[in-house]
Amino acid sequence: MIPMDPLIQLLTLNSNRSTAELAGILSLSEDEVRRRIAAAEADGTILGYNAVVDRQKAGQSGVTALVEVRITPEREGGFDRLAKRIAKFDQVRECFLMSGGYDLAILVEGKDLLDVANFIAEKLSTLGGVLSTATHFQLKAYKQAGFLVNAATDEERLPVSP
Amino acid sequence: MDYHNKLCTQIRDLPRSGIRDFFELVIGRSDVISLGVGEPDKSTPWPIREAVIRSLEKGQTSYTSNLGLEPLRVLISEYVEKQFRVTYDPKTEILVTVGVSEALDIAFRAVLNPGDEVIYHEPCYVSYSPSIKMAYGVPVVVETREENQFALMAADVEKAITPKTKIIALNFPTNPTGGIMPPEELEKIAALAVKHDLFVFTDEIYCELLYDNRQHKSIVEYPSMRERTVLLHGFSKAFAMTGWRLGYACAPAPLREAMMKVHQYCMLCAPIMSQIAGIEALKMGASAYEEMRQSYEMRRNIIVSRLNGMGLHCFNPGGAFYAFPEIRSTGLTSKEFALGLLEKKSVAVVPGNAFGAAGEGFVRCCYATAPDLIVKAMDLMEEFVNEVRK
Repeated sequence: MIPMDPLIQLLTLNSNRSTAELAGILSLSEDEVRRRIAAAEADGTILGYNAVVDRQKAGQSGVTALVEVRITPEREGGFDRLAKRIAKFDQVRECFLMSGGYDLAILVEGKDLLDVANFIAEKLSTLGGVLSTATHFQLKAYKQAGFLVNAATDEERLPVSP
Repeated sequence: MDYHNKLCTQIRDLPRSGIRDFFELVIGRSDVISLGVGEPDKSTPWPIREAVIRSLEKGQTSYTSNLGLEPLRVLISEYVEKQFRVTYDPKTEILVTVGVSEALDIAFRAVLNPGDEVIYHEPCYVSYSPSIKMAYGVPVVVETREENQFALMAADVEKAITPKTKIIALNFPTNPTGGIMPPEELEKIAALAVKHDLFVFTDEIYCELLYDNRQHKSIVEYPSMRERTVLLHGFSKAFAMTGWRLGYACAPAPLREAMMKVHQYCMLCAPIMSQIAGIEALKMGASAYEEMRQSYEMRRNIIVSRLNGMGLHCFNPGGAFYAFPEIRSTGLTSKEFALGLLEKKSVAVVPGNAFGAAGEGFVRCCYATAPDLIVKAMDLMEEFVNEVRK
């Protein structure tokens, strides 16, 4: 495996660092850091930036469901055309082609159960090529994007030790 | 009761660690950013902790063999062979200890007769000189210098050798300097040990934490060194396991046997929980620490460039997780600098002279700290330095 560009690796761990900080860590000039980030954004290496948020604490209502979707591959393009079409809906947060018993795993967000149910019944299931869906609602988050939710803060360390 | 006269004079006259004094100033203050620690800022990797929880559920709470659990010794043998290209027999040449501190203590006690001299280098970890004295040996200091990037010069070692010299004690990468040994000097020191028929105790506790794509080389790898070397290593630094107190010594069978006797009577065995943690750590191998090592390297780059940027000359340490900037240009002593920085800016660093007289004029800054805290601490230190220079 080719190791990831250290700058990109740093940003995947924390995209909130200042250019000056990144420059310090990597021993690069700030201009060089800015140039490389702009290039990675331009060529689609960096897709975007998100804060990883504990939704309950943020007071955000709403539900998220993992939907397993079986679809019919097409003669030309296989699953791609339909998968890309499904991914374009704003309600779809994530969309992956999977190995195993179904084809697409999609993460759907809505304001309540009915909202998600309507999306699946009206938009998703009615698309030509969609054979079936199975919907699993998320009940509680324990870990998101590599971060533990509501984790106890680290134990204390001595402030000075040999 | 007249405690002063009733205490063992040997112990009574030992100075307390300078770190201890400084610790007492810092403790109880909640607002301090500490670069004063000697350990990773992360907890032990979860798979290691999880393996121990499981062992407790199974009821693994008993004594172990004095030598340590055999599966652990087998894994240590494999790990040491991979790391140092030297083979030790898990049955006769490896002893599991309560940290490298115990391993060092029992190694000195196993070898030294009263009056025997031990050459060691300063600045160094705080326990070398006291451990030698507690074993009735005579500590002989050789200073390492900033101009040599705190490597130990064979010529300096040679000058310190007398007919009473029995051991040369090494610790590279070094706490507190981050210094490493150039192979050519290491080779010369090995030749001196052979020529004068000396033991070498090599404390390899930071050997995994090397930067700039360096490969570690230990003195034990040189010709005729295995027979005279006690290789000391442990889990604290690379595996972030300081509180488990787990280390080991590898040495030829007669030496290991002598050390085992001291260990058997004073310690019995290392705690079984820690040994189980050690088994899991060695099964994980480099995957347990490589990510941490890379992040230390990035943090080193931040701190060294900031220190030099504020006019505190700091050489680029090749290993461990300490920066050791020179603070003489501020006109302050190490202690004045550390105290002033703590009082005025609430940043804790350790005065260099806590690690021996040769550390005067320097402070130790541990960069196993979150990068944003390092940056904040450096901002505050820069303010302090500018205020002092005005």
